[in-house]
Amino acid sequence: MARKILTEHINVPGIETFDVYRKQGGYTAVEKAIKTMTPEEVVEEAKKSGVRGRGGAGFPMGMKWGFLAKPEGVPRYLVCNADESEPGTFKDHHLMKCIPHLLIEGMIISSFALGANKSFIYVRGELMYVIRILEKAIAEAKAQGFLGKNILGSGYDLELVVQPGGGAYICGEETALLESLEGKRGNPRNKPPFPAVKGLYQSPTVVNNVESIANMSWIINNGGDAYAAIGIGRSTGTKLISASGHIQKPGVYEIELGVSVDEFLNSDEYCGGIRKGHYLKALVAGGSSVPILPANLITKTAAGEDRLMTYESLSDGGFATGTMLGSGGFIVFDETACIVRNTWNFSRFYHHESCGQCSPCREGTGWMEKVLHRIEHGHGSMHDIDLLVDISKKIEGNTICPLGDAAAWPVASAIRHFRDEFVWHITHPQEATAPGAVYMGEMVLG
Amino acid sequence: MTESPNLVAFTPERLETVKEIIARYPEGRQKSALLPVLHVAQEQWGWLSSDVMDYVAGILSIEPVEVYEVASFYTMYHLDPVGKHVIEYCRTGPCCLMGGEDVYGHLKQKLGIDAGGTTADGLFTLKEVECLAACGWGPVFQIREQFYMNLTNEKVDQIIEDLSK
Repeated sequence: MARKILTEHINVPGIETFDVYRKQGGYTAVEKAIKTMTPEEVVEEAKKSGVRGRGGAGFPMGMKWGFLAKPEGVPRYLVCNADESEPGTFKDHHLMKCIPHLLIEGMIISSFALGANKSFIYVRGELMYVIRILEKAIAEAKAQGFLGKNILGSGYDLELVVQPGGGAYICGEETALLESLEGKRGNPRNKPPFPAVKGLYQSPTVVNNVESIANMSWIINNGGDAYAAIGIGRSTGTKLISASGHIQKPGVYEIELGVSVDEFLNSDEYCGGIRKGHYLKALVAGGSSVPILPANLITKTAAGEDRLMTYESLSDGGFATGTMLGSGGFIVFDETACIVRNTWNFSRFYHHESCGQCSPCREGTGWMEKVLHRIEHGHGSMHDIDLLVDISKKIEGNTICPLGDAAAWPVASAIRHFRDEFVWHITHPQEATAPGAVYMGEMVLG
Repeated sequence: MTESPNLVAFTPERLETVKEIIARYPEGRQKSALLPVLHVAQEQWGWLSSDVMDYVAGILSIEPVEVYEVASFYTMYHLDPVGKHVIEYCRTGPCCLMGGEDVYGHLKQKLGIDAGGTTADGLFTLKEVECLAACGWGPVFQIREQFYMNLTNEKVDQIIEDLSK
């Protein structure tokens, strides 16, 4: 069995309560950090661990902490991004629901490291039941002296606030999240200034993903070097993968970074393989926004090497033949899936979720959705394929926030790897619009 | 603006909750309470009328337009009256892979309404939503805080019958 950092105790009955969590060694990392370490030493362990932002960007967390401005007399804030909304991603939902104290403990350690006395956990509003679980856990931790005034007699004060969102994917973008937390529409801010200098209430702010922060108790208990010893190269530690789609065992799995894609997909410890009687067609490895890969580029890279579950190996080959680890939203498609329909579906999502500030994204996502809709429904023309590529290129890189890129990549990659299927939809509109029809090269299923 | 704002008021318990929420933020940052307070308002009235939004603006000492622009941006807030149970059905890719579209078709037929509609008896409103972060257990829909997962036509029938009692 692979090493577990986040989920080792997740199935212990009652682990959502303070007492059971404490019996499993919970909150010892808070004691260690606050009683025996300086904030700078905690930051140093985070840097040594090499843990990278688990929300999707993959930026080293310790380095991000290092950018935090510390002007005299100005409060600093830590905000946890629990707005998990990337299609295919449900790991933070699972972690917070099952073992809320792991996040609370990480928040205390991280807030101490950053010198924040008020920290926020911004949870997507649809997860109101999870918010109640977190609030209960916070009340328990406070009753035990791990939150509030003078934590463990150290003189350090911390209040934790759980903030519900209102149903907007864009608020997963860190500056949109801060706008939302200030009670406004979730419009991403222009950068610079970065949140590390001017974030929440124009004060220095760090925004980190749930999973990133949840790693902190293990890192403090075992040391950043021990964490960095897990994994391969710059992909250190473990990663939660949300597995969905046409597999035997959908769910949330913790992997050591570096396990092969083949093992993750096919072994009984993880996905258990493609559902019976079917075979692999495509994979979205890191949430809906990363490039989709065809079957021949999933377990092997274009160079013929084993593809591994690491930031580097998944992106091997660039966007021509690779993809990204992203948020770890691992969506598996078997031969019954229609790539055109799925691409249209994802485009509709991004059009719906575009905040509307930047014209390329506001207009472009709508155009892509419309063009894909007409191809899927048998009204496309050959020109539409190039038109889609053209629109995607004009969105990419031309927007304030990465939602534009996230909308462009799935379309561009689907056409790159599955152009035949788009062409078939255009040249065979009647067959393509028959119920359940799916293009399979020479054969047509359905 | 409402001419008689006193017609709209939180219950004493909810007013306590709202005060507790406002106290979470630094002095002068009470606007941060807007999203959570709108959730509390929706819990009480089911949807956010302009009277309710004006009332919330007054409580938070902000302009009504600051409430309108937020309530209209975030999809969870209902700006029109809704039925007793609002079914928020996930229409995003991973749920569709698991048969979400077929089950959705069945649900619409069962209720006799389309997206955005409310049944004649006022029991159900149907809304299409994007990914609910439950892709491994799709197809999924949500009614208030409750997730209904791994949906099939049979499960949908059972849920609707149970909620119709």
